[in-house]
Amino acid sequence: MASSHRISRRDFAKFVTAALSTVMGAAMGIPVIGYLIDPALKVQSSEAWIPLGPLESFPKDSPKSFSFTRSNINGWEKTVNSYGGFVIKKSDSDILALSNRCTHLSCSVNWSEEENAYTCPCHEASFDMEGGVLDGPPPHALDHFETKVEEGALFILFPAIPHEG
Amino acid sequence: MFKKIYAWLDERLGFDDLYKGLLDRPEPHGNWWNTLGSASLFLFIMQGATGIFLTVYYTPSPDHAYDSIQYIMDGVAFGWLIRGIHHWGASLMVLVVFIHMLRTFFSASYKYPRELTWIVGSLLFLLTLGMGFTGYLLPFNQRAYWATVVATNIGGVVPGVGPFILRAMRGGTDVSALTLSRFFSAHIWMLPAALAALIGAHLYLIMRLGESAYPDADD
Ligand code: HEM
Ligand code: FES
Repeated sequence: MASSHRISRRDFAKFVTAALSTVMGAAMGIPVIGYLIDPALKVQSSEAWIPLGPLESFPKDSPKSFSFTRSNINGWEKTVNSYGGFVIKKSDSDILALSNRCTHLSCSVNWSEEENAYTCPCHEASFDMEGGVLDGPPPHALDHFETKVEEGALFILFPAIPHEG
Repeated sequence: MFKKIYAWLDERLGFDDLYKGLLDRPEPHGNWWNTLGSASLFLFIMQGATGIFLTVYYTPSPDHAYDSIQYIMDGVAFGWLIRGIHHWGASLMVLVVFIHMLRTFFSASYKYPRELTWIVGSLLFLLTLGMGFTGYLLPFNQRAYWATVVATNIGGVVPGVGPFILRAMRGGTDVSALTLSRFFSAHIWMLPAALAALIGAHLYLIMRLGESAYPDADD
């Protein structure tokens, strides 16, 4: 055997089995890896400009609430979440859009005219008109949205920008 | 280097002895029909592997089963391939196991001393059918639902215990969420575990008894 270049029937069978197994292993292995990591490769951008209506419908120097919903698709599951906030128009070029999500534990805050503050129903926090913390457990000011005005209509950019710090 | 590692492992694990004892046994002069048992084994392993991968996304609840399979087909990379192999492999396995059974019947391999190999084999065939039966419901589409309604009704006409069998299979009077989850459990745990154990017994018997030889002119 050693001196001859002919391979035995058995060695041939072994070689063919090993070669076919390798090809099949690779042909299956690569798709399987793709299959398993697929959801990790799909980073869905949730950014979107949300229209809030004509700018002139927002009163000057008084918070006006807005709300909208966003749907989120994860695999075969679709979830719809609602969001809301307040627009504070100081002038046509100075507009602040705040999120109504309390920065403590995410309850929705409401504007209270008599207290001149946003109050949180959950743990009695209050925020000033610009979103700064006045009282209570929240660690920092309310989040805000980037805004733009196009042809007289106000838009905000979802998602809200977390308050830095 | 590799030789050294191999020798170290072999001294402790005994690959060479395993190889000699399990695989390096004398084979009678057979033909392609003798490969069908190994083909059945290959299909069982392939169904096991693709089935495990399907459970990564499949969800056995009436609300989500259909959508999760839709997602596997359209949403996940190569999902169509994994499901396609499992789907076609299921039919192929029933076919191959059945032809394997026919060949051992026609070659009279069930005779002494291989009666137990045959009996275990018969159970393997029934379990393979059981895999097909339970797997068919899992997509939970109209076809799956009604096929299961009809098939469980067949169990229901057994005299006396029929209604009980029907309720035991369905997990209640109707084909429902309970039916789906018990079929799922049977399909991925109970039946495969029983199959694996019996395949082990089947193979042990083949290694112990060797394969039957076809008679030739001298016999
Ligand atoms: C999951 C299903 C099965 C698997 C994985 C399987 C596997 C095998 C393997 C690997 C062999 C040796 C190679 C060969 O003869 O083809 C074999 C032999 C055998 N099988 Fe199966 N088998 C299965 C189902 C069955 C069924 C349904 C029967 C019959 C009812 C059966 C009866 C036999 C017999 C009698 C032999 C001995 C053949 C001989 O000695 O010539 N098996 N099986
Ligand atoms: S959630 Fe608003 S104060 Fe706790």
